[in-house]
Amino acid sequence: MANRRSSRHRPGTPARAPARALALAVVLATTACGTSTPDDAGGDTIDGSITVFAAASLKDSFTELAGAFEQAYPGTEVSLNFAGSSDLVTQITEGAPADVLASADAATMGKAGDAGLLAGEPVDFASNTLQLAVPADNPAGITSLADAAGPGVKTVVCAVQVPCGAAAARVEQAAGVDLMPVSEESSVTDVLGKVTSGEADAGLVYVTDVRAAGDAVRGIEVPEAAAAVTTYPVAALADSADPATAQAFVDFASGPSARAVLGAAGFGAP
Amino acid sequence: MGLTFAASLADRGFDVSFELAAGETLAVLGPNGAGKSTLLNLVAGLLAPTAGRAHLDGAVLFDAGAGRRVLTEPRHRGVALLAQEALLFPHLTALENVAFGPRSRGDHRAAARTSALRWLERVGAEDLARRRPAQLSGGQAQRVAIARALAADPALLLLDEPLAALDVAVAPAVRALLRDVLAGRSAIIVTHDPLDAFLLADRVLILDGGRIVESGATAEVLTRPVTAFGARLAGLNLLPGRATAAGFTADNGLVAPSAEVFPTGRRLALTVRPGSVSVSRTTTAPAGVSGLEVEIDDVEHRGDVVRVHGAGLAADVTPATVVALGIAPGTRLFVGFRREDASIYPL
Amino acid sequence: MNTAVLPRWVVALAVVGGLFVVLPLVAMALRVDWPRFVPLVTSDSAQAALLLSLRTSLTATALCVLVGVPMALVLARTSFRGQRLVRSLVLLPLVLPPVVGGIALLYTFGRRGLLGSSLDALGVDIAFSTTAVVMSQAFVALPFLVLSLEGALRSVGTRYEAVGATLGAGRWTVLRRITLPLVLPALVSGAVLSFARALGEFGATLTFAGSLQGTTRTLPLEVYLQRETDPDAAVALSLVLVVVAVAVVGVAHRVRPLGSGTPAPPRVQNRAR
Repeated sequence: MANRRSSRHRPGTPARAPARALALAVVLATTACGTSTPDDAGGDTIDGSITVFAAASLKDSFTELAGAFEQAYPGTEVSLNFAGSSDLVTQITEGAPADVLASADAATMGKAGDAGLLAGEPVDFASNTLQLAVPADNPAGITSLADAAGPGVKTVVCAVQVPCGAAAARVEQAAGVDLMPVSEESSVTDVLGKVTSGEADAGLVYVTDVRAAGDAVRGIEVPEAAAAVTTYPVAALADSADPATAQAFVDFASGPSARAVLGAAGFGAP
Repeated sequence: MGLTFAASLADRGFDVSFELAAGETLAVLGPNGAGKSTLLNLVAGLLAPTAGRAHLDGAVLFDAGAGRRVLTEPRHRGVALLAQEALLFPHLTALENVAFGPRSRGDHRAAARTSALRWLERVGAEDLARRRPAQLSGGQAQRVAIARALAADPALLLLDEPLAALDVAVAPAVRALLRDVLAGRSAIIVTHDPLDAFLLADRVLILDGGRIVESGATAEVLTRPVTAFGARLAGLNLLPGRATAAGFTADNGLVAPSAEVFPTGRRLALTVRPGSVSVSRTTTAPAGVSGLEVEIDDVEHRGDVVRVHGAGLAADVTPATVVALGIAPGTRLFVGFRREDASIYPL
Repeated sequence: MNTAVLPRWVVALAVVGGLFVVLPLVAMALRVDWPRFVPLVTSDSAQAALLLSLRTSLTATALCVLVGVPMALVLARTSFRGQRLVRSLVLLPLVLPPVVGGIALLYTFGRRGLLGSSLDALGVDIAFSTTAVVMSQAFVALPFLVLSLEGALRSVGTRYEAVGATLGAGRWTVLRRITLPLVLPALVSGAVLSFARALGEFGATLTFAGSLQGTTRTLPLEVYLQRETDPDAAVALSLVLVVVAVAVVGVAHRVRPLGSGTPAPPRVQNRAR
């Protein structure tokens, strides 16, 4: 478990952005007067500690969701571990103690299912779309995917071996554009890093990454990205020590209250 | 022509000046830390003086002082250094080591090899030409080092205790070789061993505390030393004193008549060999003998004699005498010598 | 093995330490999919990565020798104000996380870096090029060469050089015919270690150079990427890297540190004869 980074969210931690604060308020409100109360979930009580393995792109959203979940279900504690989706599956396969897996693509979740790691069917809870990220001053004057494929333009994408690279390949195909990237990074954060540092003129990243990067980059809509919408599934894991709490978190993350938080981060509906 | 040298080095308290005639060999002696190596390093250019000037055969070695600072690089000084260790370049063969100087001077490879071979023959090491330094014995390595220094055709050869690291069995042969190659060559040899000075040098310079305390022709210094160190090198007792009405009165009270008459109060020295000094239980000096009663402060065994020290005088006596007189540190004895065995000269 | 001279627990701890290093390598070798090993390590992408790695590491090593030898000479043979500080700074990449090195290089040679605009004006574009890979590797490998060579220069001392100078050799001749031959073994082992370090470089390359097959994707980056989809390929390529590293370390140890050896004292030799 080399790159396990757990962060325990404590209730009452001040939210960083006003949008998040608002989203959190919405979550609490909807949870408080929602139709399903925590106690209907079944025989088992929901007050245990769980560990959620989530894709790196979910870091901000899930940190917030974990806090909301702990407030909605007093007595629960949620530990979070963020990494690339395939790393997470490798870690779980090698016996890392996890209760819930939220991956950034269906294929990786499928692998977990094939390996018999899941307790039930995964539920799609969010979607993400690619966007072109360019440095704030857009030195290459890029307005479309075709511009990013222009001569002399340094465009960076994910390698096709990782989900964001597979999605990028589908977008290129749909648009009939060959990007001729100068680098094929092994993670979307590396692509974003090349753009924020100004090394690259453009990079294909997720909308949520552009949103999270703030003023450092500008996002340019790519219509063809609709051809490669990534869905995020979440599932409880077979080896969970507290299946009831794990399932409650899955329901929570895919429920209407979580939508507001995810939507604020740029995620689309599943 | 030859070497003129005057230099001071403030932080080492070194201040020495001397001259060396062309073809002359100078032995530099002195206790540890006297400044002997400093002197060689200054001449070789491995150390820069605070002030001073030196010329070798008319060329400036250094000229430093207020407002001037000329320091000729070591390679342009025409000075070769032979150290205690041979310091042959370990990655080169004996022949390549010897050829290094000629090559550096610009000789072509073949010419350098030829002269290197000639020098190896000169030192009797031609059969070692292809060996690496690791395959040479200490004596062999030093021979090659001598050839290497000479092959550079130096105007002045510096030798820093060249025999000190050699086996006693090997040293005499190398000393003989040095005596041979140093004849008629300008050289400065730093040594601890007076034998080197006797056999190799025309002149002797004795350093102490960074200053010259004694200098002169080897024979002169060894027969009429004026310092305790010089006397020890020469194997003599040295009693400093002054001219008095009685002739000579040593600082320790000993009185001896002097054949030569000196003005009263003149500083004089009396020297006498320890072998000529005798000890007895008498209290008055026999006729023709100068001496005084002293307290013995040291007794040392030296080969077949015992050397007895007291009041700055050493006497060599037989072990039988030691037993017969019951000599031990603290014993009071009469120590004296026959007047004709001593020499008295001005300091 | 004679262990009588040591307390048993010292030996036991040493064995534990040895296993700690060796066991993971064995475990990895056990995971190798041997029937597919050859196809895995000879795939197009693997070959491209291996060739790129060898090419860039050799270039980086040459670069290290070119500037590292003068650096070691200056550090070992001169004294100047702030020398200790300079030495510490030069050795910094040794202890710095490589990704930090990559970020530092980015802010120096990147398009928006300290020298980026000047380089741009000269028509030099380092971003995403093989040059960037070589620079990343040289940055992390340089201290190995400087460190081993400086140590050798200090232990050899200046006495042979002084003898050479009094024999009439100029500075360049002394350097070429005396100093460098004396420290040659240390130079070779330093260069070999630099090569090994360059070959294994990952973090700085990832940060500074990017990752494109045949241009910037070296073997470690290929391993990292293959791990996503084909762990078997990653393991096979890792083994290739381990084998290369073992060979390199073996060579470095084989080179006897002649440079530090002054001839044995003559007396001892005499008595031995």
